[in-house]
Amino acid sequence: MKFERRDAPFRGPQADVAAQMRQVLFALVPAAVAHVWFFGPGLVFNLFVASVFAVAGEAAMMWARGRPPEPALSDYSAIVTAALLAFALPSLTPWWVTATGALFAVVVAKHLYGGLGYNIFNPAMAGYVVILVAFPMHLNLWVAPRMGDIDYQHLSVIQTLAFTLTAKLPAALDFDAISRATPLDAMKTGLNNMATAAEVRADAIMGDFGGRGWEWIANFLALGGFWLLLRRIIRWHIPVGVLLGLLLPASLMYVMDPGANPGPGFHLFSGATILCAFFIATDPVSAATSPKGRFIYGLGIGALIFCIRRWGSYADGVAFAVLIMNMAVPAIDRITRPRIIGHTGGVRDDA
Amino acid sequence: MSAPTVDLGMMHGGLRLPAEKQASTAAPILEIPVPGVLVVPLEQHVGAPSRPIVAIGDTVLRGQVIAAANTAVGVPVHAPSSGRVVGIEDRPVARRHGDAAPCIVIECDGKDRACTTTRHDDYLAMPPSDLLSHILEGGIVGLGGAVFPTAQKLMQAKTSEVECLILNGVECEPCISCDDMLMRENPAQVVGGARILMHALQVETCYIAVESDKPEAISRMAEALDDIDDKRIVLKQVPTIYPSGAEDQLVQMLVRREVPSGGLPTDVGCLVQNVGTAAAVHDWVVEGNPLISRVTTVTGDGIASPVNVRARFGTTAAQIIKATGGYREQPRYLVFGGPMTGKAVTTDDVPLDKSANCILALADLPSSGPTLPCIRCGDCAAVCPVQLLPQQLTWYARADDEAKLREFGLVDCIECGCCDLVCPSHIPLTAEFRRAKHRMRELADEKARAERAKRRYEARNERLAREQSERETELARQKASARAAGPDAIADILARKRGQRKDGAE
Repeated sequence: MKFERRDAPFRGPQADVAAQMRQVLFALVPAAVAHVWFFGPGLVFNLFVASVFAVAGEAAMMWARGRPPEPALSDYSAIVTAALLAFALPSLTPWWVTATGALFAVVVAKHLYGGLGYNIFNPAMAGYVVILVAFPMHLNLWVAPRMGDIDYQHLSVIQTLAFTLTAKLPAALDFDAISRATPLDAMKTGLNNMATAAEVRADAIMGDFGGRGWEWIANFLALGGFWLLLRRIIRWHIPVGVLLGLLLPASLMYVMDPGANPGPGFHLFSGATILCAFFIATDPVSAATSPKGRFIYGLGIGALIFCIRRWGSYADGVAFAVLIMNMAVPAIDRITRPRIIGHTGGVRDDA
Repeated sequence: MSAPTVDLGMMHGGLRLPAEKQASTAAPILEIPVPGVLVVPLEQHVGAPSRPIVAIGDTVLRGQVIAAANTAVGVPVHAPSSGRVVGIEDRPVARRHGDAAPCIVIECDGKDRACTTTRHDDYLAMPPSDLLSHILEGGIVGLGGAVFPTAQKLMQAKTSEVECLILNGVECEPCISCDDMLMRENPAQVVGGARILMHALQVETCYIAVESDKPEAISRMAEALDDIDDKRIVLKQVPTIYPSGAEDQLVQMLVRREVPSGGLPTDVGCLVQNVGTAAAVHDWVVEGNPLISRVTTVTGDGIASPVNVRARFGTTAAQIIKATGGYREQPRYLVFGGPMTGKAVTTDDVPLDKSANCILALADLPSSGPTLPCIRCGDCAAVCPVQLLPQQLTWYARADDEAKLREFGLVDCIECGCCDLVCPSHIPLTAEFRRAKHRMRELADEKARAERAKRRYEARNERLAREQSERETELARQKASARAAGPDAIADILARKRGQRKDGAE
């Protein structure tokens, strides 16, 4: 009887890039629902626009590079990039803003560096930074969260869609009526105006720890993050590194001067901290590869977020922190190279 | 009962894999009848193939040497049954994936007559060196799959300070259960083999390592140890995690010392032998039976009734599988060895050899889809028992970057296949490393050849130059002395030369 030849091992693979990417998308669902509840249906439109342009950009680049587009399109990585970008944007964002970010993320940050696996920078964060530079005013348009006593100006689905398409609000409304500062913005402005952190925290937009609505989204993001940890899609090293890197200096500063510094809980539940710790910084392509290296990478991101929030001119610093640490990855990988069993010297890696 | 001890060092990485051993361990070892024709490969061990010492038409007895060791590393091959040599020719062998290699073909007479051999019940009275050369004659090789000649491994060990013999009954690879069944059915042989090896090595410590998922083997081994009451032999239970049974990893766990890169377990005072090998040593030394058969696991989803069998070497896979109940359907792959490290063969017409610890028939494997680029997830590094960085190695392997491959420890890769399984991009890492190793050996050979050729060329040039200059000096000297002697002397010399030539002509 005749048989086929094949190389060992004779076992199917236990893991799959597309399956892992799908898990990441599933893990974002609870937070997406919360996001829509608190900030309206804009996230859905942003997700749609970002996905369409990310996938189109990916297909075009694969075509331009003379490669078959199917494997790249079926690995869901472009959708994950689009989803992370959409989560970082305000719910009211004109489509061309989102499209610019998505296209830059996929075309420049990903494919011009060689496509999946070769990009040095986190594509979603690169796309976000381009938006931050090109359309800064659009990133300040956060509508007030739907929560209790806050004056929530509800935009209908149609009105939201109309804004996404035209950047125009219904005639009766203006931006001042519907938008609120983000908690981090409010904190930065407040502290700059010599208010104490406690006074800023007394504002109606503030919740138990971070901002109202925001902290609930953070809870659901953390839920998704734990799911990813449980499914071993991500490991603990980066999330713990990010959170420690941010919370240690935040706690220290808070203890030293509680008036001029919000507490660690505020940092944890505001802005993109949780999104970064579990979903953005954990992008394996642009992160360090060894467990110890990943912990250091996470710590660096956390510390940079704190520095930017505390001393920088931006309210949140996740995108810059991630991109800066992306640059440090080759050095981290080199320093944390595990010692091969049976070799002497080098660093032993027990992490 | 002497319970197994579990004080162990750590192994890095590894995988918990589904064992898939229940089916083949349900029934006792099945004895496969001697077939009409045996095809005995001459290359069943590490080292040069053995050299036939029988001719076509010769009658042979069971256990008779039919091929002798050809070089310093090698073992003799024995006739697995009695009969007549009908061919010395190339036949498909498992070692070459079903391609042909030299074999001795024996037409069995069905009588299975044995030749006389010496038994050494009194091996304790034998000098260890005599015992070693006797073991060599038994044709015994490592039965865990590596088939390194046992006697030579022992002799090598004698040159360094070995304190500890380790019998490897871990059998961590999925599907394989031949060592498990051997320990269940013949624990006394294994323990007996341990004592012979200890005497040959002159060591006072022996660990018998068994994986925790083999409780029955452990209890049978513990009973056998109780029976002989030898406190030097200790049963060790190692965790069920692949590849805890790899030689270096097992040493690392048992004695908490790392085998140095490029070195052997003997460098840290250990010698590892498979439990099956120990039983074979006992069988030869005490019972006088050379290595002519082995236990092998016949299993896989392509096999109707998985079971462990004992078959003579030279029995083909087709005959063995038929005797167990045949295939379930036409399988797509037939593998000699386990699912992680085995070799796919193209035909079941290949004979059982000393390396075959498992014959695995696989109906099919799930398609892994296209290979995607590495996404640097690092899972491969997390599971690598040698703590390599497969994601980096594959990069350098594709670039043929010899220096980097050396720096990142390609030669330390034990080809366990863990990285392959966890890679979400489905990169065939182990196959790439195997090819890269092969390529590196080729490059080294090429370099050595080029170096030799260069040296030869330079030596030749040097010699030519030297001869030329010698000739020139000699000529100059002759000219000078002739000139000094004057014209008469020159005429004299010329006359003498002419005379010589004439003499020569006569």
